[in-house]
Amino acid sequence: MSAVSHPESQFEDLEGLLACPSCDMLLNDRNVAANEIAACPRCHTVIEAPRPLAMTRIIMLSFAALILLFAALFFPFLELQAAGMMRHTTLLDTIAAFSGGLTAPLTLLMGALIVFLPLVRFVSLVYVLAPMAFGWAPLKHAIPVFRLVEALRPWAMIEIFMVGVAVALVKVAGLAHITIGPAFWAFVALVIVTVFKDNFMSRVTVWKTLEARRPS
Amino acid sequence: MENARSQTPVLTAHEAGLIGCTSCGKVHRTGTDRCARCGATLHAPDGKSLQKVWAWLVAGLVVYVPANVYPMLRTTTLGQTTDNTIVGGALDLARHGDYGVALVVFIASIVIPIGKFAAIAYLALAVSRKVRMGPHARHITFVIVEFIGRWSMIDVFVVAILASLVTLDFAATIRPGIAAISFALSVAFTMISALSFDPRLIWDTKYR
Repeated sequence: MSAVSHPESQFEDLEGLLACPSCDMLLNDRNVAANEIAACPRCHTVIEAPRPLAMTRIIMLSFAALILLFAALFFPFLELQAAGMMRHTTLLDTIAAFSGGLTAPLTLLMGALIVFLPLVRFVSLVYVLAPMAFGWAPLKHAIPVFRLVEALRPWAMIEIFMVGVAVALVKVAGLAHITIGPAFWAFVALVIVTVFKDNFMSRVTVWKTLEARRPS
Repeated sequence: MENARSQTPVLTAHEAGLIGCTSCGKVHRTGTDRCARCGATLHAPDGKSLQKVWAWLVAGLVVYVPANVYPMLRTTTLGQTTDNTIVGGALDLARHGDYGVALVVFIASIVIPIGKFAAIAYLALAVSRKVRMGPHARHITFVIVEFIGRWSMIDVFVVAILASLVTLDFAATIRPGIAAISFALSVAFTMISALSFDPRLIWDTKYR
């Protein structure tokens, strides 16, 4: 992206302009090719970084994430053995850990942060991007739905939960014998898939595509 | 970038009498309320967002106090109950020789939250010209705060996992303490505070 060179001009046509979403610098907008990275010359924030077939890949990864999320929810997560006793934990048990007494509201928060919000994001992404990948017009309400996807991004904390699991495992390791269940691996895969998916995302590119495909 | 400090004259949308969308970058004429491309609410880069930043920051600070005073974990071993605060938990880990994990817990629940309070407050002051800080330093601080803030939630997750693993049928039982809820709120409030910060103020040289 390049700086606007004629500040005196009256900006008759705003179509060719772009304001850096991070620092508001006025730039000449252009079509960014795949594999190219367009950054703001002032604050170096990446504005657009389209990848080839990004839309298709994001949809595929979202589907994979959905399947993995269900596997992670219902298979045994961790198994603890101590003094001849066994204890299975599923992800749902972990979420319900706060359900007794005064900490009950945290159950809702946990469920939202590690299951519900990621789920909403995966489903919404497929809803918005599937028609884009096929070259169709966007579905109804695609624009508010994609705004929701972006607003929820900091609140979907799957990868943070994973590090929490690692810390907890070290804490209990001396206390008991721990077996890692299939849901644990599903969750690890889910984290990797989520990271890949977010890497393929180029917000401004999606907005531009949504605008270009809008039925007039 | 050939030269990061090259003196290309920088013209912002605001200075040009236009208004840029902070979500998709589309440029509009001043007076437009909603972005025609993404539907986000448009607002000029003025100091109004700073009020929100301060309000959420103070809220986060207030609930951070009980988070440290009250127990985070309540461990019952053979009828004996011990309460662990956040600092106590980290110290316990260090005493058992798990220095690495103790460090992770200490950084995630003490260093990051306090550093974040300080960084957001300093940024807000720097933007309103109360303290001196160059735009590049402010930008880097903002990027770090925005990236790292969510990671404080680790401690709440650790408590949940421990409590679900070590339950009644064992010699030891771990129950979450009331501090978990205020800690989670503190992390959430400071995240909202950082999200309310308008990054355009970082670069705006004319704003007072």
